[in-house]
Amino acid sequence: MKNISSQHTPTLSRRKFIKTTGGFAFLIGATGILPQIISCKSAKEIDPGILKQLTAWVHLSSNGQVTIYNPAAEMGQGSMTSLPVIFSEEMDADWDKVKVEFSPQEKEVYGSPGWDGKTKIMMTVGSRTTRSYFTLMRQAGAQARYVLLHSVSQHWQVPISELTTEPGVVVHAASDRKVNYGDIVSFLQTPESIPEIPEEQLKNPQNFRLIGKEMPRWDIPSKTDGSAQFAMDIRLPDMLYATIERGNLHGAKPTLKNEAAIRAMEGVIGVVTLDYGIGVIANTLERALAVKKQLDIEWGGAQTSGFNSQEAFSNYEKVLNGTEKGRELTNTGDFKKARQAAAKTYTASFRNDYVYHAQMEPLNAIVQLAADGKSAEVWVGSQSGPNDKEAVAEALGLEPSQVKVHLQYLGGGFGRRSAPDAAGEAAMLAKTVAPRPVKLIWTREDDLQYGMYRPMSLQRLTACTDGAGNVTGFSHLVAGDGANLLTSGIGIDYYDIPNQYAEVRVVPHGVRIKHWRAVGHGPNKFAIESFIDEIATGEGGDPVEFRRKLMKNSPRALATLDKAAEMAKWGTPLPEGRARGVAFIERSGTLTTGICEISLDPNTGKIKVHHFWSASDAGIIVQPDNVRAQIEGGIVMGIGSVLSEQITIVDGKVQQSNFHDYHIARMEDTPETIETALIDSQETPQGVGESGTPLVACAIANAFAALTGKRLRHLPFTGERVLEVLG
Amino acid sequence: MPDLTLQINGQNKKVNVAEGTSLLWVLREHLGLTGAKYSCGVGQCGSCTVHVNGNPVKSCTVAAEGVADGQAITTIEGLSKDGTHPLQEAWINAQVPQCGYCQSGQIMQAAALLDKNPSPSRDEIIQHMNGNLCRCGTYLRILKAIQMVAGNKSLTTVNGK
Repeated sequence: MKNISSQHTPTLSRRKFIKTTGGFAFLIGATGILPQIISCKSAKEIDPGILKQLTAWVHLSSNGQVTIYNPAAEMGQGSMTSLPVIFSEEMDADWDKVKVEFSPQEKEVYGSPGWDGKTKIMMTVGSRTTRSYFTLMRQAGAQARYVLLHSVSQHWQVPISELTTEPGVVVHAASDRKVNYGDIVSFLQTPESIPEIPEEQLKNPQNFRLIGKEMPRWDIPSKTDGSAQFAMDIRLPDMLYATIERGNLHGAKPTLKNEAAIRAMEGVIGVVTLDYGIGVIANTLERALAVKKQLDIEWGGAQTSGFNSQEAFSNYEKVLNGTEKGRELTNTGDFKKARQAAAKTYTASFRNDYVYHAQMEPLNAIVQLAADGKSAEVWVGSQSGPNDKEAVAEALGLEPSQVKVHLQYLGGGFGRRSAPDAAGEAAMLAKTVAPRPVKLIWTREDDLQYGMYRPMSLQRLTACTDGAGNVTGFSHLVAGDGANLLTSGIGIDYYDIPNQYAEVRVVPHGVRIKHWRAVGHGPNKFAIESFIDEIATGEGGDPVEFRRKLMKNSPRALATLDKAAEMAKWGTPLPEGRARGVAFIERSGTLTTGICEISLDPNTGKIKVHHFWSASDAGIIVQPDNVRAQIEGGIVMGIGSVLSEQITIVDGKVQQSNFHDYHIARMEDTPETIETALIDSQETPQGVGESGTPLVACAIANAFAALTGKRLRHLPFTGERVLEVLG
Repeated sequence: MPDLTLQINGQNKKVNVAEGTSLLWVLREHLGLTGAKYSCGVGQCGSCTVHVNGNPVKSCTVAAEGVADGQAITTIEGLSKDGTHPLQEAWINAQVPQCGYCQSGQIMQAAALLDKNPSPSRDEIIQHMNGNLCRCGTYLRILKAIQMVAGNKSLTTVNGK
């Protein structure tokens, strides 16, 4: 226990840890909070060894344990395993001795290149974890290995070039000597500067022994025994509980009519008026929740007052019919000319309602402002710890460097948790009771009604053909709220169409909107892929054959189409009442073809998805089973969002409130089988977390058209809407 | 408010909470048994599922005083001594969890089924599990993990290894 050079406790297995801490006030999970309050009764059986830091990314214990930092959020997508696997591959660490912790939330050190390719960001969004960190983690792992080789070279006085590694071992073949990584700790010498390791000096992918192998996920055991810790699970000494009543009219200003009575209630510690809600701080959670219901609030108006979501579509139509141009997204060739020369022109419109993230863990955060007001800590499950740090700092009048973020596992993110609103709110409440920590919980109703939804939109597509079955022009106009939220997925450069045009026209409503798994790809691919099918039918072509022709210059895309068609036995007869539909999408660099098989209950209009096949090219696959799990889960989430999820707004007020009226997919809605194929590739890894979800709307709509000859053009495809379409 | 005595995972726990406080809040916020999760608060999602006398119960909808005085409450923390209940092992084997938030409830719901019906059919499993929501969409793997145990097959990984 001597010479511990870091404050981390490296060797407690999570399971043992829970054993030794169960029943104490301060529960600590897998995420690296300092266990200052734990009992030492089992200390004898735990020998953490001597711990030394190799680089910013990794600590090594004399007992051999390697503790690697994961710089990404873990929201179910597997970053807790995938990034450390990449690191370990190059470090040549023994995976059995690897422990993973979240890195500090410092983007200058642990960020990866953002959208501009230079500025570092720490955001687990857009399926960017593996693709933005792949090379970075390889190089960081190689640097850690370099530190070990350097130390051994100095210690044994042999040239570094004569040293090699085996998993967890440095080898000097010339003198037939080996040393375990853990034993290097006693003579570790960190060089004055660690050289950058260029990509060409990294491992040849042929020699990967971890990347691409079936690696069980590191976090899963803790997610089967209740020990995985989410922010919702944090309890701190002297902690208070808070809730906020925000109403269901986004942006409305509250006036509390019974503040004196509320303050006089048992257990109430504070009442805080925010611009858009009333916060209650109480001594227990149950009191905070009970008092929330007693708040007598008069709500002011807001931009959303009078807004009716189902009436917005006619306004979108006017906007698309109008002459005021929006933002041009694509303009290649000359669509107008192609249209004038066309043998046949197609046009169709598609609509989508709001959908809600519905991550299983409602938003929450714990903030503690120090007694001297000069520092703060936040415990939160966030897709971007640095964003939360800034939000808390701003709420408290601190510098971001004065705020420490303790990142926790996320009980789902799907885009919702890259907004730091819960942490910022918790800070505003915590500053009124400092230094007592405040745990702010959003109820499910808060989370749903004050949610940030994927925006509604209207899409108008026009295409022209030349009489020989070739698509010569393709135009895509979108009207809706949210600018960039509407535009992702509108590009179709994998289709050989010479004249393409796309434009977005923005109509703001004041309803809170945000990125939702795959963002614009959901609505846009629904429209595009449904429309491609429609054109195929109109041109007398089979939907797969028709796409095959369009993809003739995109061999990687085509390979996924061919694979999925083979898996689904496309073209073979199906039992009466069944039909298949196909869709192709690109999302975050991953190319995927999906095919589903559906049936329909003609009495209720309920669509049942029986089977789903997908084939993806995502470049090098780091964790194959995890990639399959992401695609499977994405498809299931997609099925819920396509068949039953719907947020509607009447006079500005959100009409749904909980899972009884916002219907996400249940086990009974899941297909009997989902088969996922991954195409072999040595290209750079691409993002997969979002690639399953946007396949679903178009694949189902196309299967429905094959089954009934009718087109579904408005998401979600509720039974009511399906019956309407069937007439 | 008199103290309540709750028998949780074989131990008697005394708590002092306001009348009507849900079993879920008592477990999580008063006793630190945070494996059962809050998600909907109205019995619509199953994330808070625990056993009371062997039956699966949505602990967010049950008042603590209603299950006091000798009723046997089991949470995920007490399902097995060391995380080795066959379902927990199957959950790891099938690599079920993604975010993991709903999975304590899923496992507790499944365990109650297998206690009463050791070899349920696929339809019986779906019917029994249908009230437990999973936003990550892990249902097929949940089903597979339950079938692994129900079929009493030797455990295999998802890839048949």
